[in-house]
Amino acid sequence: MGPKKNRIKTFIGELPKNIFSGFVVSLIALPLGLGLAIASEAPPISGIIAAIVGGTVVAILGGSNVTITGPGNGLVIVLLSAITTLGGGDLYQGYLLTLGAIVISGILMILLGFLRLGILSDFFPASAIQGMLAAIGIGIFAKQFHVMVGQIDTKGSIIELLLKIPAAISNLFVSAPMEVMVAAAVGVGSLLIMVFYSKIRNKYFQLIPAPMWIVILTVGLSYYYQYFSSDPYPISQKLLVSLPNDIVSNLAFPDFSKVLDSNFINAVIAITLISSIESLLSIKAVDKLDPQKRRSNVNKDLKALGAATTLSGFLGGLNVVTVIARSSVNVNNGGSNRSANFFHALFLVLFIVLFQEQLKRIPLPALAAILVYTGYKLAAPESVRRVSKIGNEQLLIFFITLFSTIATNLITGILIGILTTFLIHIIINRSLSLFLGNALKPNVLMFKEGDKGNYYVSVKNFCSFLNFYKLKAKLDAIPEDKEAVVDFSMCDFVDHTVMESLNAYQQTFMRKGGNFEVIGLDAHEADSVHPFAIRKIIPFQTIIKVDKNLTKRQRLISEVAKDFTWSYEPKKERDVSFLYDFIYFETKQIKHVYNQLFDQEKELNLFDIEYSEGEFIAKEVIRSTMLFIKIDGAMPVFTLDKEGFLEVIYQWAGFKDVDIEAHSDFSKRFYLRGEDEEGIRRLFTDELVLFFESNPYYHVESNGDHLIIKNKERLASVKEIKMIIDFGLRLKTIIQKQLVC
Amino acid sequence: MDDLNSLIRPFNSPSHFVRYKKNYIFTGFMTALTEKYQFKTILTGIAFSPNLRANLYEAMRLSTFFGAKLILVHVGPKTPQKEEVLELIMSEFEESAENVDVVWKEGNPVNVILEACKSFNVDLLILGALQKEQLFKYYLGSIARKITRKAPCSVLLLINPSVNRVACKHIVVNGLEDPKTREAIHISFGVAKDLGANRVTIVEEISQNEVHVVVSDDRSLRKATIMKARIEKRETTRVNDILKAIPEQLKTDINIKTQSIFGRRGYSIGHYAKLVRADLLIMNAPNKLGLIDRIFPHDLEYILSEIPTDVLIIK
Repeated sequence: MGPKKNRIKTFIGELPKNIFSGFVVSLIALPLGLGLAIASEAPPISGIIAAIVGGTVVAILGGSNVTITGPGNGLVIVLLSAITTLGGGDLYQGYLLTLGAIVISGILMILLGFLRLGILSDFFPASAIQGMLAAIGIGIFAKQFHVMVGQIDTKGSIIELLLKIPAAISNLFVSAPMEVMVAAAVGVGSLLIMVFYSKIRNKYFQLIPAPMWIVILTVGLSYYYQYFSSDPYPISQKLLVSLPNDIVSNLAFPDFSKVLDSNFINAVIAITLISSIESLLSIKAVDKLDPQKRRSNVNKDLKALGAATTLSGFLGGLNVVTVIARSSVNVNNGGSNRSANFFHALFLVLFIVLFQEQLKRIPLPALAAILVYTGYKLAAPESVRRVSKIGNEQLLIFFITLFSTIATNLITGILIGILTTFLIHIIINRSLSLFLGNALKPNVLMFKEGDKGNYYVSVKNFCSFLNFYKLKAKLDAIPEDKEAVVDFSMCDFVDHTVMESLNAYQQTFMRKGGNFEVIGLDAHEADSVHPFAIRKIIPFQTIIKVDKNLTKRQRLISEVAKDFTWSYEPKKERDVSFLYDFIYFETKQIKHVYNQLFDQEKELNLFDIEYSEGEFIAKEVIRSTMLFIKIDGAMPVFTLDKEGFLEVIYQWAGFKDVDIEAHSDFSKRFYLRGEDEEGIRRLFTDELVLFFESNPYYHVESNGDHLIIKNKERLASVKEIKMIIDFGLRLKTIIQKQLVC
Repeated sequence: MDDLNSLIRPFNSPSHFVRYKKNYIFTGFMTALTEKYQFKTILTGIAFSPNLRANLYEAMRLSTFFGAKLILVHVGPKTPQKEEVLELIMSEFEESAENVDVVWKEGNPVNVILEACKSFNVDLLILGALQKEQLFKYYLGSIARKITRKAPCSVLLLINPSVNRVACKHIVVNGLEDPKTREAIHISFGVAKDLGANRVTIVEEISQNEVHVVVSDDRSLRKATIMKARIEKRETTRVNDILKAIPEQLKTDINIKTQSIFGRRGYSIGHYAKLVRADLLIMNAPNKLGLIDRIFPHDLEYILSEIPTDVLIIK
């Protein structure tokens, strides 16, 4: 009884946070839902139905914690081709038939869940998946670019559409009517908002996601024309979102008349495959963002997604997948359990009911701009660069998959990608028998080493995407707060997919306080049997070479180091485990720290840090400067921020502020958080409070025995560095004194 | 007969004799096995290949260690040259040649060997494994495989017979829950004593099916971890009970360790033996091997296709 009651208590306690987070997510889900549906040539409302049904069903039945479900990017291309081919020209008929395919694919997904096929996504080589996603991105980009510039009637295959882009642009300047010009301006303006949104680090501005800004601004524009301007609204009805007048009575019902048609079966397979892969990849990525470090039950989630998809299909909605960008927004806004997903659905219902008129004022080019940005992000040159760093053979796999997907279809494309990867593995090893002879052998041995109690995993023969699930099953059975050693010394070949997954395991172990080491790959280098990819991609303890030429800022920093008689280390350091237990980094992914300054005792460490917040289109890379201080003796864990409007909202949303008695001014100006209120009050004596009141503002956070001090979400100037060091030194003295008495 | 003559090479260094002799004197004749588990008659097939000397010495050495009678079977015609070669090589192997019988017989090698095993009431059959070219991987040839499957007695598979003695230091033995395990563990201590090995590791293989919990989230992971700890404890207790029953004099000076491993039964133990660089792996023979077992290999079949180290299969 006890623990259960407690759980209900925490659930209720966290409810405000989740309502808040669900609200913010719904702001991004609304434009994306409409946009993704329109891009698939389905009625706009179908995307919202998918999000509402998904949010509700998966919140109740799902096995993950902070994921958000709804219509997905990856599906756009599949649904688009299904709707156009099945309908045979009649888009609405095609939509009804596709709904039938969606219902059946939902049932298949439930089956996959019951058969525990959550491992499915492990059978796809990483680079082939990258290639496929890039192809999907290019597909979305090619189609939506024309819509963005106001030319919705452009038709053709992906390649044709791409080739028509220059013509579409020149057309704008030469012969386009005013109507199209304005639409294009709205589209391009919206795109600029998407691109520059993350560059503006203002927390009030950032509270509303970029897609919602686009909606607000464009709808505002239409009201401007209605009430203030004498001119008519220059965007034609054709370029606006169309919604049925009465949504509830106008629900579409799936058409199953072509169930045995080969196109229909293809659509079912493609939808099931892509939505499973997209969901599984997203769940994996979102688990890495969860501040509570929980592990999702993927099979349970698959079942829930299947059930949601089936229901959504019956109600005229698109299929439901786990989506990464919306989930990361959820995490960043404090969503802590599945109720956030439910509230996101609830707010969507409210939006549809309350703002139906306003939604009909959204111009299609604005939504297309969001998708153009999404498509670009999927196919981003960045991912090409990342793949090429791993090795030329990975680049080959990537491009072969990419082009074959664009030229044929998704299923053929990914199959060609898998085949290419396998062929490349055979060529690299000059041996087919290595794979055929050992594919079915149980090649993984795990045991607990007696003396230290750590888990030892030895892998034999070969380990690639073909049999990674065996290793994964063993690794999943190791609690992540323990020590694990994976030994490849008896393994002749390890591929990139495996190495990448192992890297993910290493991060998870580090986050949860364990240790994960990979050994036995040194020999492979010497043999030269091994593809160079493997050596290259192991980021474990790699030291990146830093140019001998320091930048001006770096030279100045090294001079600061001399002034303080500190030491300076410009190199990138990837081992950032010392930062993991700060609350600030719970929802952020740290890439590396660099330009480190150390004092002589190594008790103070100032560094530039690069980390990211959010995922995919909601991803923002931030560089900042921080000071890390070691404190002798135990402090309470706390976070100190400037009190602002947002913090008031946070408080309302369930984050607690610790008030220091007799210092109402301090409590008004600063926002102090922590579990151990008693300890914090004891630490924050008059002297310390006065110190904070009389010095410039910094974000200060304690993890019990260390402090981090941070100024702004950008790199500090050299002058600011000196100030932060001075601030840190004095703060350390005061706290240290406090702890002694 | 040039081929045969080339086999008659003298030792390249006399020091081997000295070292060999030492071992011989200290460990030979004094077989430590209890009467019931003794290898009294050892049989091996010989072929006139470049490996003849190594194979022969390995078999003769083992038979002296175990204090057993050695029967050499050659499947093929008996010729004076062959006899001469054999005699010469045997004469270079110090004494004990009087306890060696040579049988010459023509026919199907599998049948000849199996019949000889029965008719001489053999306790231990020694077979050599083949090495994959340029790889440190060994497998059993098709004839040896057939013999192993059907042999009525215990079988020792040697991966690397050598002219000079390579000391056997570490023995790995299975601790499966099986009626034959008690015997296998007992024998391994006897063998360890006879061969002068000082480490015996008893390995319990725990298959995933026994854990009964599929890890899918944090809760099931905790459950599975507790379950595994429980099984490990139970298995260790069971093995310790077996160990208690083994006579003290067999256990003295031997470093005994038990290890639970998670993996496919029969396969993982080979993997483990190779990993810890064991010199000898001792296993129970499976109860029955049918056609289905060969198509869906398990237990022994894994070992036969990829021999991790010298393997002794107890029947």
